[in-house]
Amino acid sequence: MIDRGGSRRDECEAGGEDAGRLEVSMGPQHPSTHGVFRMDVVLEGETVVRLKPVFGYLHRNHEKIAEQTTYLGSMPYTDRLDYFCSLTSNWAYALAVEKLAGLAVPERAEYLRVITAELTRLQNHACQMGFMLQDLGAMGTPMMYAFREREKILDLFESLTGSRMMCNYMRFGGCRADAPAGWIEAARGVVGDFPRFLDEYEALLATNEIVMARTQGVGVLPRDLAINASASGPVLRASGVGYDIRKTDRYGVYDRFDFRVPVGDHGDCYDRFMLRLLEMRESVKILEAALEQIPAGPVIDGKVKLRNFKPRAGEAYGRIEGPKGEIGFYLISDGSASPYRYRVRPPSLINLTALEEMCLGQKVADVVVILGSIDIVLGEVDR
Amino acid sequence: MSVEGAGLIRGFIETGRNLVGSYVDPRRWVTVQYPEERRATPENSRVYPFLVYDGADPEEGLRCVSCKICEKECPPQCIYIVPAQDERGRPRKHPAIFDIDISVCMSCQICVEVCPFDSIKMDQAYAWDREDRFGGLLLHKADLARPNRYYRELHPAEARVVDEHLARERELRESGVRAAVRASLPGSGEPGGGT
Repeated sequence: MIDRGGSRRDECEAGGEDAGRLEVSMGPQHPSTHGVFRMDVVLEGETVVRLKPVFGYLHRNHEKIAEQTTYLGSMPYTDRLDYFCSLTSNWAYALAVEKLAGLAVPERAEYLRVITAELTRLQNHACQMGFMLQDLGAMGTPMMYAFREREKILDLFESLTGSRMMCNYMRFGGCRADAPAGWIEAARGVVGDFPRFLDEYEALLATNEIVMARTQGVGVLPRDLAINASASGPVLRASGVGYDIRKTDRYGVYDRFDFRVPVGDHGDCYDRFMLRLLEMRESVKILEAALEQIPAGPVIDGKVKLRNFKPRAGEAYGRIEGPKGEIGFYLISDGSASPYRYRVRPPSLINLTALEEMCLGQKVADVVVILGSIDIVLGEVDR
Repeated sequence: MSVEGAGLIRGFIETGRNLVGSYVDPRRWVTVQYPEERRATPENSRVYPFLVYDGADPEEGLRCVSCKICEKECPPQCIYIVPAQDERGRPRKHPAIFDIDISVCMSCQICVEVCPFDSIKMDQAYAWDREDRFGGLLLHKADLARPNRYYRELHPAEARVVDEHLARERELRESGVRAAVRASLPGSGEPGGGT
């Protein structure tokens, strides 16, 4: 059970009688809900007194399908969990299988993984900020600027992996293909231009009085609740907890890069917004270093079988710091060609569990902003 | 920051810079006028699979030996293969039916990766609008067959490697060293084997 720390719910329910309350069903196709997600909101005037998130509309049986198919066959399905960040889902799954089977990854592949994961973080955060501002009523402009930048990164993904969104790029023991000629230089160009966009975005909105009025002090997630609700990623760090798996686990080659983990003070929507901006600046630093240091060599361990891949019996949990938080895969192998148990730890879903606590006592118009600030993708929430 | 509205004005200046910039700065000319203007797809780009044939006959030249590895490995199970038979009813190394339901296909390229005969590759044609969403998106052997020339145009670097590999194999076969061919094949080698 989550310790809800002093519980704003009690305060809100102290009124008791249901008279004058209005129950509103936001979703499942409400334009602000980022997909088929429904919130049952009970209002007193304009104030939220109860909120029940309802999800499952996009359930696709991902975990059970993975238990029927081969280890390799699940890889393209992981693209479709968080369709904004297919490469980080790929990496987390590959990491879990590599732990299970005890595989080593060549150095160049580790660098390619870091580069693609950080590029994914850049485009995810840029678009998340755009979506959140769209929810605030900044129609079009910030989102279009974000999409303009995202397009350049997706073009890089297409020439590297073959697909813009459903990349299916990682393999057990490395990456599927090496970067084509000129790709590293092209990536360097995109990364070099990115700070210009960040400055522009900051000038556009960071000191904007309307944005500040709508987000500062709205949707506060207290530090203790964030920890107890098992939140991760920018949502946790905005509440003042400096927890980043890139720093704590040092998976891949992250220990070779010098970067800081930005931490928020208040845990409100504005902190979550600004934290992503700061994280993107750190990602640019990682990318510049990685693109400089990337060694030559093979990108995949040639001895790993593509077909008839059967890791030894056992269990493993692989996790990485995805753009939305801790994305993890838990696998149990019984020595056969498909996992006995396959479980995803989706950051969007876990971060969403604290939604009601963030929304209680706020106005109904703020619920939309709070939801936008959590950064969810329903493909991952419902699986 | 003391002046009320200063942040708003900063934002408007930024928007204005983008608006004016979009007329003069080529880096801001990002819109592609799609149906009239089409950007070339990168070499690695992939959409749906096709079958490669050598020579002029799309039926007899097919490289596919109907080993059914791709059918087995395809994650969404969108490939359907029936091997051809010779006059005595024994299976030939040739598909009688090779269907791909591209309404199910998720373009993951796993069929291409597992094929030991380099006979299935990824196409880059992306406009697949059809009136009939069932039959129109079920591709048969004749719709899927493309000459090796087409493959070379789509993926020049990759095709060069494949062509060299196949030429070496043919040479070995012609010089009678069949065991060496078997050993040089990727994966388990034997068609239909290793399951």
